[in-house]
Parts: sequence; C-alpha cells; structure tokens
Amino acid sequence: MDIVAGLLQGFSVALAPSNLLWCFVGVFLGTVVGVLPGLGPPATIAMLLPLTFSMNPAGAIIMLAGIYYGAKYGGSTTSILMNVPGESASVVTCIDGYQMARKGRAGAALGIAAIASFVAGTVGVLGLMLVAPPLAKFALSFSSPEYFALMSLGLALVVLLAGRSIVKALLAALLGLWIASIGTDPFSTTSRFTFGRLELLSGIDFVVVAIGVFALGEVLANMEAREDATLLETPKGLRNLLPTWQDLKDCRFAFANGSIVGFLVGTLPGGGSTIASFLSYGLEKAVSRRKDEFGTGVIEGVAAPEGANNSETGGALVPLLTLGIPGSGTTAILLAALVLWGFKPGPLFIPEHPDLFWGLVASMYIGNVMLLVLNLPLVPLFAQVLRLPVYMLYPLILGVSMVGVYTASGSLFDLGLLMVFGLLGYVMRKLDYPAAPLILGLALGAGMERALRQSLMMSQGSLSILVSRPISAVMLSLALLVLLIPLFGKLNAWRLRALES
Amino acid sequence: MESGTRRSGDLWSGVALALLGIYIVAQAWQWEYSSPEGPGAGFFPLWYGVAILALSLLLVASRLTRAPRRGDPVDWRRTGRALSVWLALAVSVALFKVLGFVASFALLTYFIVAVMYGRPARTASAVALATGLGFYLVFDLALGLALPAGTLGF
Repeated sequence: MDIVAGLLQGFSVALAPSNLLWCFVGVFLGTVVGVLPGLGPPATIAMLLPLTFSMNPAGAIIMLAGIYYGAKYGGSTTSILMNVPGESASVVTCIDGYQMARKGRAGAALGIAAIASFVAGTVGVLGLMLVAPPLAKFALSFSSPEYFALMSLGLALVVLLAGRSIVKALLAALLGLWIASIGTDPFSTTSRFTFGRLELLSGIDFVVVAIGVFALGEVLANMEAREDATLLETPKGLRNLLPTWQDLKDCRFAFANGSIVGFLVGTLPGGGSTIASFLSYGLEKAVSRRKDEFGTGVIEGVAAPEGANNSETGGALVPLLTLGIPGSGTTAILLAALVLWGFKPGPLFIPEHPDLFWGLVASMYIGNVMLLVLNLPLVPLFAQVLRLPVYMLYPLILGVSMVGVYTASGSLFDLGLLMVFGLLGYVMRKLDYPAAPLILGLALGAGMERALRQSLMMSQGSLSILVSRPISAVMLSLALLVLLIPLFGKLNAWRLRALES
Repeated sequence: MESGTRRSGDLWSGVALALLGIYIVAQAWQWEYSSPEGPGAGFFPLWYGVAILALSLLLVASRLTRAPRRGDPVDWRRTGRALSVWLALAVSVALFKVLGFVASFALLTYFIVAVMYGRPARTASAVALATGLGFYLVFDLALGLALPAGTLGF
C-alpha cells in the first residue's frame, strides 16, 4: 500500500504542468545528446547543472534524469543508421542494428530499439520503485563504519571496471579524493592544499571539475580531428517504423533479458549501461536457436542491448538514492546535484522527501512514454541533428560550459580552474586514465573522510571497528578482493576480455 | 634507458603523480595526525598521499622495466590542434575582464571556425556574431544570468 500511495503522490508531482514541461525538456535534450556522437549525458548534465540552481528541485531532478535515460534512447539511432554509436552503451547495437539497416530494415531496427527501450526502461523504474524503499529501510541500520566500507566497495568496483590499468584507475580515484579535500577541513578548520589562495578555502566546486573533465576534455579530444560532421545520408526505409508481429514475437525473451540483466547490472557500482548491454547481448546469443546468425542483422541483437541499457538507469538510481553511493560518472553528477540543492541522498532520503523520490519515479514512467512517442515517428527528425556542423556545435558546448561555471559562482577564478580541469580531462583521455573514478572519488571523498574519522572517534582511534562489525567487514573484504582481482591471471583475463569486448 | 620509453606518457604522468604524492605527504605531515578527539586534518591526506606515491612509483617502475615496444607514435599535429583550442579558450577567459564575455566568446568562435576548421572569413564572422549575440540574448537578457562584463559594459 505504501508503494501505491507513494506512486499516487508521485504522479501528482510529476503531472504538474511545469514538471511535465521539464520532463519533456529533459528527454528531448537527452535524445539529442544521445544522437550526437562525442557528447555524452555526463557532460550535458554537468553543463546544465548550474542552470538548475534557481529551479524547483523536483523539476530539476526530473529534467536531469530525463537527459540521463533519454540519451539511451537516442544512442541507438546513429548505431543503426551510421554504425557510429551515439553513446558507449549503444556500441553493441551497431553489430546487428547496422546490418539490419543495410538490409533495408532500418525502420524495424529503430522501432524495436524504441520499443525495447520503453519496455525495459519501464521495468527498470518498476524495479527502482520496488527495491529502493526496502533497501533504504535496511540501510537505516548503517553507521559510519558501514558507510565507509560501502563507499570503499563502490569505489573499488568502479576502479575495477573503469579501464585496462587498475593502477591508473586507482590513481584517478585518489586524485579525486585529493581534489575533494582541498579547502577547509570541517573538523578542525585547518586549511588544506589551498596554495595560499582565499578562493580555495571553500574548496573546489564539483561543477567546475565535472564540466572541465567531461565537457571540455571531450570537446578538446573531438577537436583533434579536422573532419566536419559525418553527414548522415537521408535515412531510407523508415516509412514502416513498426516492427512486424513476428519481430515482436522473436524479441519476447530479449525484452525480458534486457530488462532483468540491465536492472541488476545497474544496481552494482561500476556496472554501467555498456556492460549491461554487452552482457544482455551475450546472453541473448547464448540462448538463441539461431546464434550463428547474430552479427548479420538479427532483431533480438538490437532489442536485448537496447533494453538493457535503459533498464540499467532504474537500477543505477537504487544505490544513489537509498545509500548515497553513485555507481558511475553520471550518477556521481546527479548525487552532486542533489547535494547542491540541499538534499542528502541516503536511507532517509525517501522518508524525508517522498514527493521528490516518488515524483522522480512517476516522471520516469511518463518520460518513457514521451520517449516512445518521440523516438518512433520522429526518429528521422532527430537524425537531422547530425547535420549540424561541428564548427558550430563545439563553440556552443564551450560557451555553455563557461556560462555554467560562471553563473554557479560568479567567479573568474573558477573559470581559470575550469581551464585547468579541461586540460586535465584531455590529458587523461590521451594517457588512458579513466575519468569516472576521478569524478566518483571527488563525489565520495568528503563523505569517505567524514565516515572514516567518525568511525575512529567511535572506537577511540582503533581501526578494528572497521572489521569488527559484520556488514562493514564483509564489504571491506569484498573491496579488497575486487582490487586483488588483477593479481589472479584468469580473473584478470576475464576482466580484460570484458573491457575489450 | 630507451628514449621512447623515457618519453612515454605513462612514465611522465607517473613522475608527475609521484611528485604530487610527495607534496601531499609533506603537507599532511605538518597537520595534526591524531588528537584525543580523534583523527586530525592530516590523517586522511597522509594515507591517500602515500597511496598515490606508491602507485605512481609502481607505474614508473613497470614502464621502465617493461621491454620497449613499438606503439602508435604520438600524433603531434592532432595534439597540437587540441592544445591550440585550449590555449585560445584560456586567452578568451583572460580577456573576459577587458572585453567581456560576448566579445571574447565571439572572437573564440571566429578562431575555431576560421582557423581550426578553415571556413571562409565570412562564414566565421557570421557564426561568431550569431553565437555571441545568441548567448547574450538567451543567458543575459532572457534568463537574467549575468555574464562577465568588460570595460565596454557588456
């Protein structure tokens, strides 16, 4: 009954005209961002975050979440029509989607991608609605040691799956922790790593680092090549965008597979939609009666990964909203957004802000319907976004990034920092240092330090408190195991194969 | 030591991070590590500083001991393009105080369109004017977000 009452309350929030508008703006922007290769949801959300400070928090989180899951819908368009994934989560869709398009079935591929996204996206929201409240209740028993252990485990999982080199991923995460501790220590008021600059006493704004590393770093890397936008040939065969009944029948298992695998992977920190889509594709191929045909344009090969990457969104919001632990760069930015608006994601988030949680859940149901409508008949229109020349697109991104940072603080010093972090983001890409652990380290840094110091205060300085409590001991052991995986040949080979695929 | 190895990004980034690790440890050493109330301001930074130092030295050591192999050479032309844009961006930010956001951003856009993408001056001027004006109209006038103003007042 709690869930029904909560959902009714949520729909009363989500159906408010202004929130409906923000939901539409979010899913529309998300689809556009998804269609554009080289501009991802983390960069877009980071850029727009400062502009939401004056908004109603419900409308703001509804819009940012809309960008997050809307991009997953849009990502399939370029995968199918151009063999270029709009998002990393849509890489695997290229395999069969593009082959279908080459055989004149682009319409069916785009249609099934939208339908699978809708079905699995809705199942993901259902999962979020059912799993989050009981998990939050369970997490109420957590104290500082458990939180420290949980954050360590989350960071370890992200480090494990972030890049080929664990050492580099760990260094990126530690760099994030360092940036997080720049400023005044909240316990002792000691100023740390401020280089004598008064501007750094209050720390470095998360937005500056996120926009610099994601948006500026991405634009600089994209501008290495002089090529103009790869103009899309006018899509052919899009008249019939609805798949046949046989197609839908063939995809029954793919819908279920994508929904379940996507949601489960999403709940794991470090999982992410790319891994969800690959796992779902692999499972679909493994159980298919026509596995030899995969790669030649099989419709289930589009439905399964597209479903998984949408269902993953619901899963990823579970640890974020109930434990305050983000599992990826994008959810780390969403965490920062909630904190900046004055909320504290964690076990008390749902009981203290039911309107926000249930409003978000209800808006995701509505947003998925909007996306289905947008992505079925309007797909040819979205494909035209690719005709925007890059020499116009990139200055726009740079401009919005600078305006975003400046309006957040009104400080030219922060714009200088933006340049520094933009260069850092570019250098990290060039040298193969993953950005997600840095952003996660930054988002979790202050919380980790606080939890660790509070734990040690509770135990009069004895580290044994971290291993004498069962939940904390299990999670810290898991974190250690995760970080030791590269030392075991076979396990590391599996990890590298997963990353390479 | 083979010169290609010495020049590698892993090595230099490892050295840079090791220096950062030393700096963090040196700074954390000066702050209170522990007090009767609990861990001090230096406690957490000291530990992650040591971890950064150890991991970066591991990265350097693994790069030095690994047999040199022929990888893709650094494409300095492409890197130079990206760094040119970054430099132009930094110059435009530095000019905000003098020229203001609108004019500086229009100049940056002109540079990107005309120099980086080799479009005709007329196209570059049109795009630069449109984006500068567009940002002013949308952010400053419509949304009321104050953009950095220069000596000319806008």
